[in-house]
Amino acid sequence: MMEALQKFATHYNYFVTIFLMVAGLYIVIARGNMIKKLVGLSLFQTSVYLLYLSPGKIVGGTAPIYDGAYQVYANPLPHVLMLTAIVVGVATIALGLALAVRINEAYGTVEEDEIFSKDGEI
Amino acid sequence: MLSLTPEQLMLAALVIPYIAAVLIPLCWRVPNIREGVTLVAAVALATVVWNLYPHVIDGARPEIVGFSVAPGLDFAFKVEPLGLLFGLVASTLWVVNSVYSIGYMRGNNEPRQTQFYVCFAVALGATIALAFSKNLFTLFIFYELLTLSTYPLVTHKATPDAFKAGRVYLFMLVGTSMVLLLPAIIATWVFAGTLDFTPGGIFADKVSPVLMGGLLVLFIFGIGKAALMPGHFWLPAAMVAPTPVSALLHAVAVVKAGVFTVLKVIVFIFGIETLAEAGTGAWLLWAASFTVLTASIIALRQDNLKKRLAYSTVSQLSYIVLAAAILTPISAIGAAMHIAGHAVAKITLFFAAGSIYTAAHKTEISELNGIGWKMPWTMTAFAVGSLAMIGLPPTAGFFGKWFMLSAASTTQDWLVIAVIVLSTVLNACYFLPIIIRAFFREPEKVVAGHAVGAQYAGHNDDHGEAPWPIVVALTVTASMTVLLFFFPSVPFNLAQLMVAG
Amino acid sequence: MIDLQPHLPILQVVIPLLGSLLTAFIRRGTLSWLVTLIVTWTLPFIAVALFLQVQAAGAPIYYKLGNWEAPFGIVYKVDVLSAFMLCLVSGAAAVIMPFARKSVASEIDSHQQSWYYTMYLLCLAGLLGIIITNDAFNAFVFLEVSSLSTYVLIALGRHRRALVASYQYLIMGTIGATLYIIGVGLLYLLTGSLNFDDIAARLTSDLVWPLEPLLAALAFIFVGLSLKLALFPLHVWLPNAYAYAPSFATVFLAGTATKVAIYLLVRVMFEVFGVALTFDRLPVAEILIVLSVAAMFIASFSAVFEDNAKRMLAYSSVAQIGYITLGIGLFNQAGLTGAFAHVANHAVMKTALFLALGAAFYRIGSVRFSDLEGIGRRMPLTMGALVIAGIGLMGTPGTAGFISKWYLAMGALEAGSWLLVFLIVASSLISVIYVGKLVEVMWLRAPSPAAAEAKEAPLSMLVPLLLLAAATIYLGFDTRLTVDIGNQIATLLLGGLK
Repeated sequence: MMEALQKFATHYNYFVTIFLMVAGLYIVIARGNMIKKLVGLSLFQTSVYLLYLSPGKIVGGTAPIYDGAYQVYANPLPHVLMLTAIVVGVATIALGLALAVRINEAYGTVEEDEIFSKDGEI
Repeated sequence: MLSLTPEQLMLAALVIPYIAAVLIPLCWRVPNIREGVTLVAAVALATVVWNLYPHVIDGARPEIVGFSVAPGLDFAFKVEPLGLLFGLVASTLWVVNSVYSIGYMRGNNEPRQTQFYVCFAVALGATIALAFSKNLFTLFIFYELLTLSTYPLVTHKATPDAFKAGRVYLFMLVGTSMVLLLPAIIATWVFAGTLDFTPGGIFADKVSPVLMGGLLVLFIFGIGKAALMPGHFWLPAAMVAPTPVSALLHAVAVVKAGVFTVLKVIVFIFGIETLAEAGTGAWLLWAASFTVLTASIIALRQDNLKKRLAYSTVSQLSYIVLAAAILTPISAIGAAMHIAGHAVAKITLFFAAGSIYTAAHKTEISELNGIGWKMPWTMTAFAVGSLAMIGLPPTAGFFGKWFMLSAASTTQDWLVIAVIVLSTVLNACYFLPIIIRAFFREPEKVVAGHAVGAQYAGHNDDHGEAPWPIVVALTVTASMTVLLFFFPSVPFNLAQLMVAG
Repeated sequence: MIDLQPHLPILQVVIPLLGSLLTAFIRRGTLSWLVTLIVTWTLPFIAVALFLQVQAAGAPIYYKLGNWEAPFGIVYKVDVLSAFMLCLVSGAAAVIMPFARKSVASEIDSHQQSWYYTMYLLCLAGLLGIIITNDAFNAFVFLEVSSLSTYVLIALGRHRRALVASYQYLIMGTIGATLYIIGVGLLYLLTGSLNFDDIAARLTSDLVWPLEPLLAALAFIFVGLSLKLALFPLHVWLPNAYAYAPSFATVFLAGTATKVAIYLLVRVMFEVFGVALTFDRLPVAEILIVLSVAAMFIASFSAVFEDNAKRMLAYSSVAQIGYITLGIGLFNQAGLTGAFAHVANHAVMKTALFLALGAAFYRIGSVRFSDLEGIGRRMPLTMGALVIAGIGLMGTPGTAGFISKWYLAMGALEAGSWLLVFLIVASSLISVIYVGKLVEVMWLRAPSPAAAEAKEAPLSMLVPLLLLAAATIYLGFDTRLTVDIGNQIATLLLGGLK
């Protein structure tokens, strides 16, 4: 029991990641509103940032500045990667929202079941 | 005699039908030239193939190796006696059938004639290539091409019935060949390491008897064109096609391609002796016997003339399979003889059926009372064909049965003897009544609304013979049926060479 | 003048990227088309040059971006497998370009045409980038570049359903890509490297790795990429996306997009994790085979009951992907050979089929069966080519499809499974039904009112179509381009067996 708790405490960042991941995925699957789906998707992507960034943190580490005063550096690579991932994520959400706007123009709604009922199951 | 080498002749034979298939649509505006192309191609093809005959008798086995599709998997052709026999039958009858087609298609004002002749040429090309294939792989390519090229012919009438029949046709033929034949070929390739047709077979010492039995099942039922029951449904369905198609393709080219493939597989892939030793091919006798008898019984109950002929074909094809399944050299000769004999006889019968349809617009046997006196040529030819089906001399059908019986009596296969005797009786039962009806029954009186079963309101009993090309064609094939009895040397020599290896 | 020869790998990606930039600034559709044409016609030459270079060298070519050494910088790697895929994708993109002009002009609003070509080039750059990169994260970026532009390409379809289809694909695609990046993240946390070769080298080194996170990483990547490659039952986005996208987008995507995802999956499974880990520790092979067989049957049956020809072919694509993944799941020489032969063969045949439908759509504005009735006689060349490609799809001997099936069945026999052999051939029987339906509707029925007005497709559409139809036959006889290379790829991938 103690061991499990200890594991939880030392790895809590993973549990937050997993919670965000699952919550985001759940929203994508369970919600019929296209905007809400995108919110879920965004949450899902955010969990990835956490997955990459949190292990990159070293207690007492600084930014990788080459200077004699500092001994411990944090790995900068995950940050760089996530910068890219954030850009990708923003682009995805932007495109998704743009599509939702166009869908709203074409169908007058962004509720999936209403759209399906207007076009028949597609 | 053409002064060409056997290889050149062979190449010509393979290419001529496709040249025709290209030229025909180019001449579509002028039907006379278009049909001229067909005729010239048919005559040229027959000439070329007949010129191969002396070479093959002299022992030449010309080969053309195209290219390797994969290491050891060649696209290649080789003329051997059985293939040449099949090629002779198909190419010779194409000439007659072309004459007949012209009469029939014009006599009935059929639409889409260009497409008809193109597909016909492609189908013939596939048949010749199949006959000359050097290995199973090449044969399989043309086996499928034959199916695909005849599909537009089966659906030619473009009626809902024709579509339905076309679906059955395509699904059964492609289906059996894909699901059963293809795995069999691939397995042969994996186990034996080659697909070449080799005298004596390629399985000896490589494949266990049980596996051989399994492969035989796959091969026999995979070759749906041989119409062994229960894989025969496509053949009656295909009868919706115009009669020339039924005559040449569904009595000669396509179905004979099936039994030809069966023969090739049994003789050159399994090897007669290997299969006989393995002992796991015995079921084939039963399967073939069952088909011979059942198809005959079904034929008895058909009133539609072409359907009856179709079931008769199913039955007769299984004779050939039966002959091959006896697994003796003599029976294999019988099978080869029957390929030729049945071809000329059955095409005569179909020609006659088409002749009746063209002249009198009648399709049902019950409508044929007294028609023999109005169409003497047609019905005499029909009688000759019927005799051949029953296997009576002086017709070509006699030899096949003769060799089968003699082979069966040497191996003491009483089942086979019983089946042949019984089926001969059945054959007589469904052919003789037609002849009796045609010649010895009074025609029904024309009364208003009498035309039960007649499909054409315009049909009347005031008709004579069919157009002359039809009559000429069926007279020629009927004469061939008789001549083949008196001069059987060509098929016999080739069959002997085949068995000799 | 700098020597371009050593820079060919990067040019493969940079040229379409620059091209997309250029087209973004051009207003006129025709001019954009011309730029795109020049770009896409350059790429196959580079790809073929790379392929020949690899063949001559007999070893992979590495290209270090910015001259950074391997595990630190991004490295491009061209081996037989990636060179083959480069040739395939750039070749497909080039062949269909003549078709694009009239098709795009008729289906896309004039002010959007330039953007459309921009998206097309971006998508192409992304796909080529995925193929050529040797970096897991870089592959993700390219994956998203191609995906995002694909969503746009699909959304511009005439029917409003295209928007919904694109949206659904966006959701599914993003989930897939995110799952992939999660898997990569786990791998990175474990090994500290993103370079495929480097990860593989570290995994096979003497260090003992904890198994669970490794398997979790594999599972994440497997599921994520399965979404992108439309492995049954993760294929639901595909039929609508293909059916409602503009013709040109469908033509392009059908031949390339899913294939590239398959490629990436194969790379990760065979080269990064290695055959031993992938197939021994997790039931990946069993899962792949079961799902592939399910795809082959269920998707084929769905195709039979479709009344929209494009959707029918889209379902058929799902089934055909099943053949490819089946060959991968067999993981033996013949199976992998068949899989990669089919990657090429299917690309040729499906592109031809969608091209023909695109031409029909150009003429009559519909691809519903009721409108396509009897169109064969009005557009004989187009529909003749369609029949040839369809016959190829059935796996008829003498066509490309037969060769794939032959090797797949041989692979199944090699794996000792007669059952799979029969399943492979039986499922292709279902394709006989739907191809037969296509032929019957188009050739045998009386023309519908729409079809009666149709004329033969314009030459620019016919040429690529007939070329691909001819290739369908040609590849059925000359298998040096498909089977021989497939064989090399299989040897390369199985080299990890040892």
